[in-house]
Amino acid sequence: MFAMKMTKAMLGTALALGLLAPLGLAAQQLTGAGATFPFPIYSKWFSEYNKKTGVQINYQSIGSGGGIKQYTERTVDFGATDGPMTQDQMNAAQGVVLHLPTVMGAVVLTWNLPALGSTQLKLDGPTIAGIFLGTITKWNDPRLAALNPGVKLPGNDIIVVHRSDGSGTSYIFTDYLSKVSPDWKTRVGTGTAVNWPVGLGGAKNDGVMQQVKQTEGAIGYVELIYAASQKVPYAIVKNAAGQFVQPSLESVTAAAASAKFPATTDFRVSITNAPGAASYPISSFTWLLVRPTMKDAAKAKAMKDFLTWMISPEAQDMAKGLLYAPLPKEVVALISTKIKTLK
Amino acid sequence: MTMRQRLSLSGTGHGDLTFRALLAACALAVPVLLLALVIELVSGSRLAIREFGLQFLTTSVWDPVAGQFGAFPLIMGTLLTAVLALMMAVPLSLGVAIYLTEFAPQWLRRPVATTIELLAAIPSVVYGLWGVFVLIPILRTSVFPLLRDSLGFLPFFKGVIYGPSVLSASIILTIMIMPFIMSVSREVLLAVPNGQREASLALGATRWEAVRTVIVPYARSGILGAVILGLGRALGETMAVTMLIGNRHDISTSLFAPGYTMAAAIANEFSEAATPMHYASLTYVALVLFVITVLVNAAARLLIWRVTQAGRGKGR
Repeated sequence: MFAMKMTKAMLGTALALGLLAPLGLAAQQLTGAGATFPFPIYSKWFSEYNKKTGVQINYQSIGSGGGIKQYTERTVDFGATDGPMTQDQMNAAQGVVLHLPTVMGAVVLTWNLPALGSTQLKLDGPTIAGIFLGTITKWNDPRLAALNPGVKLPGNDIIVVHRSDGSGTSYIFTDYLSKVSPDWKTRVGTGTAVNWPVGLGGAKNDGVMQQVKQTEGAIGYVELIYAASQKVPYAIVKNAAGQFVQPSLESVTAAAASAKFPATTDFRVSITNAPGAASYPISSFTWLLVRPTMKDAAKAKAMKDFLTWMISPEAQDMAKGLLYAPLPKEVVALISTKIKTLK
Repeated sequence: MTMRQRLSLSGTGHGDLTFRALLAACALAVPVLLLALVIELVSGSRLAIREFGLQFLTTSVWDPVAGQFGAFPLIMGTLLTAVLALMMAVPLSLGVAIYLTEFAPQWLRRPVATTIELLAAIPSVVYGLWGVFVLIPILRTSVFPLLRDSLGFLPFFKGVIYGPSVLSASIILTIMIMPFIMSVSREVLLAVPNGQREASLALGATRWEAVRTVIVPYARSGILGAVILGLGRALGETMAVTMLIGNRHDISTSLFAPGYTMAAAIANEFSEAATPMHYASLTYVALVLFVITVLVNAAARLLIWRVTQAGRGKGR
């Protein structure tokens, strides 16, 4: 008898909580979907922000393409992408989309040549394009040797490894190659997935890494964060100013800082092959896709508050710990004025 | 069955009617689902069908940037890996099944059969990982160079050895479909009546002759069924294949070259398909894969039916 009363009471409380909870929290929930590349920092931000304010942000890292699709179909409150939306995609979303840069990342080239040990190779745009076009096929090619005086390059075949899945990483890399090689631009072009002239495909960063690690003579491209965590050698790349630059948080931030933003910018700016002596040339922003006007006022406020916090020094500093480059001050100032226009 | 029993099964009680409707709904759900699937695939790929038509099946360019798509390498890659896997898996599994039912000592039969059946329960991503970390290094350093040195005069064993390749994918598929073919064939062989065995032995046949002329022919429709089951699995396998095939939209005569299959391409590219045409083309690939699977299964059913008919004719 007692037990039964107890159960009834508990049931009542549970019901009351269950019914009331969603009402109270409705405005405190945001959903988003998209890019996998910034997922580690996004999930850190969302969980820290949840601890601070109680606002819950659910993010599915389904890939940039998926993020754009879900944003366009209005199934999420915000999207996320590593490559800016094309004009066609903007039109499909009726043009109502705001690109807001969140952090920056870099793509690095890594290889497997045991003979070189941990020597860092120096590469420039035309040479990288030549390798990925299949016109440079041996590691001791004169063009590679000229860039790396004093390094004894072995005579192995070069085995190219690229991403087999559509990816923001591929977008950044092919965007860079299109800028430095006219041949690449006409034969292959820029995209999250392209018609690779040569090579093997690996799924995701780890698929590429695995393939490179296992195959002597292989070269592949992965995110800086990924290469750094795997402790593999990666290339120093010659930038637009003719300097050889080490990929690092500083050189990526430098690339962003040297990019020119007009006051009316929509932030769809590519910072590959950026000018500036200290810029690492294969760098890119990653963006959140936000609606300028949201129907639900409470959601709009939650979104605005989060974005304001996201560009604060507190949040941007968290990025460094995860090897994402924080936004330069100029860009933060521009974004901050943009956030104020959100409704 | 007597008349009365049959009547009671088609009973008219209230409960019976409900039960009957329920069962009918369950049975109908499957064809309805299948129909929904076809409609979805066709409508999803409409854009690509209109643009490329049947040329989609015979062209080889896959260029998402230019919006040009052709699935020939994918179709060939799928069929080639599946057929190669069958060529390796069928003799092996049949050999094992025959050994286990006819020749092996009693104490060995159960443990070996159970072990092989356990292989069927391993998730394909585990096969893929094992393939990447164990199989590929062995193939690249010892098996493939050996093949190239001894059979290099054939176009199939020429060229650069990467490791991930059509042949590596076929080998992992062989290992994956063997347990299916083996365990079903074994069941079928076990079902051959002992009278058949004894009769052929009594007529003076050796064990080998009994197997070849009586037991295997008796079980052939079942064995064919087992092979079809393996083929179905090989055609649709995705995870392990994509980890071992090299994922290249290309088809080469050399089996050492990387390739691609339909299932692997869909899995890799679908979530990030950038343009509507890319999306539609991948759906078109799915439609083609669906049609091929249906055709293969239909052909297999026809084959089994004809074999059983012929077998019956001979029996009389």
